[in-house]
Amino acid sequence: MARMNREATVRRLLAQSPPPVPPELHAEAVRRGTRMLRRRELARRTMWLLLLVAAVVFVVWALTVRAWVEPPPGTAPPLTGR
Amino acid sequence: MRPRHASRDALRAREFEAYVAGAGGRLLHTATLLTAEAPDDNPRARHLLTLALARTYACWDGLRGDDPYDRTRQYLASGFARGAWHRHGRLLRRRPHPGSPLARLSPRERLVLVLRLYEGVAEEQTAALLGLPAERVRAVYHRAMAVVLSPPRRPAGAVRDVQAARS
Repeated sequence: MARMNREATVRRLLAQSPPPVPPELHAEAVRRGTRMLRRRELARRTMWLLLLVAAVVFVVWALTVRAWVEPPPGTAPPLTGR
Repeated sequence: MRPRHASRDALRAREFEAYVAGAGGRLLHTATLLTAEAPDDNPRARHLLTLALARTYACWDGLRGDDPYDRTRQYLASGFARGAWHRHGRLLRRRPHPGSPLARLSPRERLVLVLRLYEGVAEEQTAALLGLPAERVRAVYHRAMAVVLSPPRRPAGAVRDVQAARS
């Protein structure tokens, strides 16, 4: 019972004198929120672009090097000259 | 593609405006209690709330039926906890306004008391929100209640005067 009373007292104390809401709160929040969204979008696009570039570079490199083709023998057969 | 985007943006803007109009006052009160500022001079609380609302706006489409109020409150609490940590020990720390009912509490005590009592968040949820064990939250809460309910301390000079008068 005493605890309920204490809580009610503090709750009353906290509830008094609410601050006035500034009129620009909503507009400012939307402005910052839109900026956050735009940045996030930009970061996502940049990541996809980097991934695409990396994939293209890899494919071009693989096609030029052709690592899966057996390399030609490095040594020539011995010359037995006449 | 473009018209669908536009209609979604318009819907989000409408919903968000209604949300801020409905919950803004209570959230600003919560923020002002946290920062222990005067009700009519609360730049820190306004800044905290603006950032929390902006983050809520940015994740509005991903809420999927979750209560946006819970989300904003969570951002408010984490933003305040981070700010209090950065400010910790700095010389230029703003003193709490003496008119605030929570002026004599530490930032963490204010956070726990406001979440538990003013916002009515359950003990386990508060613990999860702050990353503390539930026993710790209970201990901080009881200490904060004791400080708020104890009569205000008299300035040191007044106490000395009383003692001098007695002797």
